[in-house]
Amino acid sequence: MEKGPGPDAVFAAKLADGVFEIQKCGGCGSHVFHPRVICPACGSADLEWVAPTGRGTIYARTIVRRKPERGGDYNVVLVDLDEGVRMMSRVDGIAHDEIAAGLKVSASIGEGADGGPAVVFRPEGGAS
Amino acid sequence: MSLRGKAAIVGAALAGCGEAHGKSAMEITVEAVHGALADAGVSLGEVDAIATCQPLDMLSGLTLAQELGLNPRFTMNNRMGGSSFLSHTLWAAMLLELRLADTVLIAYGSNQRTASGKLMTALGLPTYEAPYKPLFPLSSYALAADRHMTQFGTTREQLADVAVAARAWARKNPEAFMRDPLTREDVIASRPVSDPLRVRDCCLVTDGGGALIMRRAETAKDHPRPPVYLLGGGEGTTHRDISEMPDLTATGAAQSGAAARDMAGVTPADIDVVQLYDAFTINVILFLEDLGFCKKGEGGAFVEGGGIAPGGHLPVNTNGGGLSCVHPGMYGIFTLVEAVRQLRGEAGDRQIDGAELALAHGNGGVLSSQVTNILGTEATL
Ligand SMILES: [Zn+2]
Repeated sequence: MEKGPGPDAVFAAKLADGVFEIQKCGGCGSHVFHPRVICPACGSADLEWVAPTGRGTIYARTIVRRKPERGGDYNVVLVDLDEGVRMMSRVDGIAHDEIAAGLKVSASIGEGADGGPAVVFRPEGGAS
Repeated sequence: MSLRGKAAIVGAALAGCGEAHGKSAMEITVEAVHGALADAGVSLGEVDAIATCQPLDMLSGLTLAQELGLNPRFTMNNRMGGSSFLSHTLWAAMLLELRLADTVLIAYGSNQRTASGKLMTALGLPTYEAPYKPLFPLSSYALAADRHMTQFGTTREQLADVAVAARAWARKNPEAFMRDPLTREDVIASRPVSDPLRVRDCCLVTDGGGALIMRRAETAKDHPRPPVYLLGGGEGTTHRDISEMPDLTATGAAQSGAAARDMAGVTPADIDVVQLYDAFTINVILFLEDLGFCKKGEGGAFVEGGGIAPGGHLPVNTNGGGLSCVHPGMYGIFTLVEAVRQLRGEAGDRQIDGAELALAHGNGGVLSSQVTNILGTEATL
């Protein structure tokens, strides 16, 4: 294994630079997310960073109910990227109750709950 | 070599269920231990292996040994969440069968209701989920419920009927925490928290503890109460974080249930009474499917209109479950205590006549760890 930061730190540093990348396995060709030391499909440590298309499909969604004075409702989703990996995120630019499994979305880098950079999604084509 | 029928639960007790004002988690745990020893007719000094898992104490096995004044030959502190205790029984059976221990104690207790009023956990949000602020653990189960509804057409009403059934059982159990009538309409009108789940889809926040004493089958009849034999068990672990669960509609209960049935030599149709870890209403639907009581996708129809309520086609969570009886953070041990009571015929108004075979099933994490135990009376050996 190489010296230097592990995959979590590499991912976070890329995100801080405005770059969203996932891993791809040189052993079996699988894409990998979240970032890992070895490929969960084949065990290979030959993982390189690649830019995903950013396109994905909503797999499941929930709306977290919160009082308006505490910021109001927000959505949490699981997105299946076209590369075959899943991630948690949120969808901006659409009413929460219009988000449903099957909705096509595209990724960008927005702000997470802690104010740091986070991968977020919008409906593909910028609908609504 | 099979563990089928090699070990038995010879003592079981609850303590501090509901509200246990002024008591610590470990004090409630030890009260349950005291009760289980008395129930088993076993003296404290005979205990030579212990198992526990407590959410706020990383070294809870050591704490339990200390509080009991024991120097056990084995201390099991394996922690997979609420399913841990159903794993402890399997390890206990192994220790007993290998004669590495003679008397195993399994115990749990929590004061979360009177100490904080909400779930007490040392767990933080996972790195790749924290930026989106899912409610822990509620939103994970809400995502599973949403997916089940999308994929199989499971309805809001069917989810509600799980909670209604639990309440109907709780009304037959004087020890249950919530015993007021509850209707489908009440559940659907309750406060939304993380869609599609509402407050009445969620388990209670109570205090409570439970303890079990296990011994080898050959000595299991030397105790005051009828032994309850461990006939089969199995585990399944599919992920830790919900975003890493391969299929939100298929849990590790398929693996754990099949392993338990294979060991026990029984089919789902043979089971007389079922105790499932119902942290949320969707859990019961998922586990009934994955444990083979109905086909995948048909769990909603199975529970609809009283299917698992008193008088339904399968008695599930006869104590009222985590939804209406007791839920002190980790519920696994309570599935076992209720199974024991049913198989001993001491479940009062909620007793299932002629119950000989029981299935108890624990869930840990966010549908992450699944552990199944199949238990039986002497007649099933
Ligand atoms: Zn690979």
